[in-house]
Amino acid sequence: MSLILRIKKKFSVIFKFLKKKNRMKIGIYGPPNAGKTTLANRILRDWAGDVMGSVSEIPHETRRARLREGVTIEVDGKSVTIDIVDTPGLATKIDFHDFLKYGLSEEEAKRRAKEATEGVIEAIKWLDDLDGVILVMDATEDPFTQVNITIVGNIEARNLPLIIVANKIDLPNASPARIKAAFPQHTVVPISALKGLNIDTLYRCIAEKFG
Amino acid sequence: MEGVQLNLISKEKLEKMSSMEKLRMILDEVKSGTIVVLESGLTPEEEAKLIELTMLEIDHENFVGIEVETYPQKSGGFFSKLFGKKEGRLTVIGPANKLKTLVKRDDLIKALVKP
Ligand SMILES: Nc1nc2c(ncn2[C@@H]2O[C@H](COP(=O)(O)OP(=O)(O)OP(=O)(O)O)[C@@H](O)[C@H]2O)c(=O)[nH]1
Ligand SMILES: [Mg+2]
Repeated sequence: MSLILRIKKKFSVIFKFLKKKNRMKIGIYGPPNAGKTTLANRILRDWAGDVMGSVSEIPHETRRARLREGVTIEVDGKSVTIDIVDTPGLATKIDFHDFLKYGLSEEEAKRRAKEATEGVIEAIKWLDDLDGVILVMDATEDPFTQVNITIVGNIEARNLPLIIVANKIDLPNASPARIKAAFPQHTVVPISALKGLNIDTLYRCIAEKFG
Repeated sequence: MEGVQLNLISKEKLEKMSSMEKLRMILDEVKSGTIVVLESGLTPEEEAKLIELTMLEIDHENFVGIEVETYPQKSGGFFSKLFGKKEGRLTVIGPANKLKTLVKRDDLIKALVKP
């Protein structure tokens, strides 16, 4: 064997070893209220026996990114271990008045709004440290929002593997087809994170894309 | 005359500016109530940076954020694949309390400007 070939072989072994050690870090992204934490909780409950964080109908419930390391998902005898980051919902505007209708006091609403702006910045910063993204959209809503377009654009620019989740398909007015039509170049998996509908398809997709 | 100011910025002018110059100009104009129209838009990275800067400047009183209207990047043209250069698309940016999206599709955007 030539020297170059031998060196190449050695490096590929080291490279494989490094790759194994450095698990893929997968970020869960999306607009506020899409169901990111509900999905993270379901994945952790199914595969790690704990939860990620609190869920609420009030937008911007998650205001700090949360990292859960070493979650092993097994599908068809194949197993993949990933780190999961649940991120705060991304928005281009945050108005504390929107929180008042949920019964928050003005002081609470203002604090929530302030923390939410910091959360958005943190979520954007995390983009540079990820190896893949699960983008959660609410299938009852219009998919062509600026936030969705910006997230997809940034993931494409960084060449990261992407799974788009069309969430809340348990609701009667959900239209995963609208999301598929909006982002035809990407994999779209319709699920209900709340009810667990079609969740096995998502796990199979995670094993394929991030394995 | 009372009304909402509209600044239309040409592709030529945008090409001469650095990212930071563009974003600073956009935010300053939008914070003063102006609606900014960019002929050639922003890159995805610039869009993310604009959101970050916007979050830093929200004061929970006069400025609550921005509304951005743009079409998704067309992916997969032969030249964009070959040269990795994406054509920016027409983009409208305004203060969230003045500009409201009504309908947004891949080929048509309807928006409302409040005085
Ligand atoms: N019907 C239905 N509701 C859901 C589903 N997933 C989440 N929800 C509800 O949507 C609301 C928001 O859920 P979260 O998981 O907190 O959403 P999030 O994306 O983490 O929101 P932020 O942390 O605020 O960005 C809650 O009331 C959830 O119960 C679903 O699949 N179906
Ligand atoms: Mg959350």
